[in-house]
Amino acid sequence: MNKQHVLEVKGLKTSFFTDDGEVPAVDDIDFYIDEGEILGIVGESGCGKSVTSLSIMGLLPKGIGKIVGGDILFKGENLVRATEKRMKQIRGNEIAMIFQEPMTSLNPLFTIGNQLMEAIRIHTNLSKKEARLRAIEMLKLVGLPRAEEIIDEYPHQLSGGMRQRVMIAMAMVCQPAVLIADEPTTALDVTIQAQILKLMKDLNENFQTAIMMITHDLGVVAEVCQRVVVMYSGKIVEEGDVRTIFKDPKHPYTVGLIQSVPDIREKKERLYSIPGNVPKPGSIKQGCRFAARCAHAFDRCFQETPKLYDIDDKGHRVRCFLHQREGEINSDRAVVAGERA
Amino acid sequence: MFAYTVRRVLMVIPVLLGMSLVVFFMIRAIPGNPAQVILGQKATKEAVAALTHKLGLDQPWYVQYVKYVGGLLQGDLGESIRTGSAVADEIWPYLAATLELSLAAMLIAIVVGVNAGIISAWFQNSWFDYAAMVLALVGVSMPIFWLGLMEQWVFAIHLDLLPTSGREDIRNPIEPITHLYLVDTLLQGNTDQFVQVLQHLILPSVALATIPMAIIARITRSSMLEVMKSDYIRTARAKGLSMFWVVYKHSLKNAIIPVLTVIGLQTGLLLGGAILTETIFSWPGIGRYIYDAIGYRDYPVIQSGILIVATIFIFINLIVDLLYAAVDPRIKYN
Repeated sequence: MNKQHVLEVKGLKTSFFTDDGEVPAVDDIDFYIDEGEILGIVGESGCGKSVTSLSIMGLLPKGIGKIVGGDILFKGENLVRATEKRMKQIRGNEIAMIFQEPMTSLNPLFTIGNQLMEAIRIHTNLSKKEARLRAIEMLKLVGLPRAEEIIDEYPHQLSGGMRQRVMIAMAMVCQPAVLIADEPTTALDVTIQAQILKLMKDLNENFQTAIMMITHDLGVVAEVCQRVVVMYSGKIVEEGDVRTIFKDPKHPYTVGLIQSVPDIREKKERLYSIPGNVPKPGSIKQGCRFAARCAHAFDRCFQETPKLYDIDDKGHRVRCFLHQREGEINSDRAVVAGERA
Repeated sequence: MFAYTVRRVLMVIPVLLGMSLVVFFMIRAIPGNPAQVILGQKATKEAVAALTHKLGLDQPWYVQYVKYVGGLLQGDLGESIRTGSAVADEIWPYLAATLELSLAAMLIAIVVGVNAGIISAWFQNSWFDYAAMVLALVGVSMPIFWLGLMEQWVFAIHLDLLPTSGREDIRNPIEPITHLYLVDTLLQGNTDQFVQVLQHLILPSVALATIPMAIIARITRSSMLEVMKSDYIRTARAKGLSMFWVVYKHSLKNAIIPVLTVIGLQTGLLLGGAILTETIFSWPGIGRYIYDAIGYRDYPVIQSGILIVATIFIFINLIVDLLYAAVDPRIKYN
């Protein structure tokens, strides 16, 4: 391995504390991102993708969401134990984030320049004038025309695609090591989606910024990601490089996801959809969380939680008894946690 | 924006005209007539009739009304029946007293109310939040006259820290220039008197500030809570901004519009409705001026006094509307 893990999540557990008690939204997940890599995190709504990103940023809703276990290592530093002061230095500077809703993610009452320069001036010693020049430079870099004018305009004067470019410019001003993109193209129309994805890919190549691309859109994953992590109900169910996952998906959930992508070459009466719904977090105490929706489920699936089994030595892993190799013992943290629950 | 302002100012004219008509009839609907009040219960019918005629009150109502409005259009607010002097000359010292009191009260209400609301929202469900919101509830429910009396009892009588009532120390009267005593004493460079005026101002303005303060605190809190859930607040946090800036820059500006509305309405109310406070603290303001005029059936004073208060109310709300556009670039008046 010649590349360093820039971000490594180990056994992360994040719970929400509601009137109904503790609800685990993310339950014991492990993954890493290498320097300059684009990692896709895929799953349906409610599977814990966004909670994972908020856990990394330390932006879980105060008093409600809390990391209850595990470590988040950023360049070796454990962010779970970092002080709020240290997190402020990291946020926007070393780990930046862009969000799903470009229409509402910029403050409507401040100019683009004000919001960009703010991001620059928190983390650098640049003067107002220098920060302004830097902001204009960034706006040009993300492909916005008439950057000198846009800088004095308000968000409502820009289109959704332009606003997402501004968001990206804002996230990239300090050239972060990791960019977390939470469904960055979901709210945009298709032509703009492609442009934004290309922009992110270019930035990844030019600045060696690692990107954690959270999405439910497998098209996006195929387009930009190198590796992919599939999440289901707060757990990782499959992990591997993009080609392998698309060509040879192992977990029945991943197979279902790939089947539900419409294919222009085939004329189908009806699109495939996975039967049932994502279970409410915390509702399944025992067994594989996908079992109830799985066509291949057998008794054991309802009794025992499968661990992540290695499929090959290139990092393809899957959480399914169907792929347990002979002689392999199903014993890791996941089971212990499952039994305890 | 300019065209809008002009249009709004012009719209004030029909409002005031309607207002003057309503007030004109309502005061005449009160039993008793000015001549009788001035001459007393034992006056002869002839004397009352003579005075009524002299005051022009025996003329048909439309003649009286047209005369009154005609005077208004020339800037003549009429003459007080009781004192015989022009209302326009007489009214300013009272108005100034009320302005000084209400502005001081609003200043307290805004500074304390807005900050209490912000901190309550920032630390939602903390002990501060609960304490502030209980106090705010007490504040809106507390009768002002009772609070005023308690203030006097505690701070003036028991602790002897502040004067009980009035605007100035009568042994050391102020030479009025603008009739806004804080301004006057400053202009004269008289620090002793400035402090005295300030001391006289504290108790009544705190009493008057309670209700608006409580309303402002509650509105600010709920508006802030709403805003702090927005996506752009999450963005601001993700940038690495400290909570202080997230709250006081990004959230407050977005949360302030409903608060401005309340501030405008409350300021207007205080200017006209400070009668209770003015009475308890013997504050020679416009509320008491009009109240006394009602007792004397002093028609011109009542009519013009109410009209002036209404005009101020309308203009304050116009200013608030213009402030919306200043705060929010998406609001445009064309």
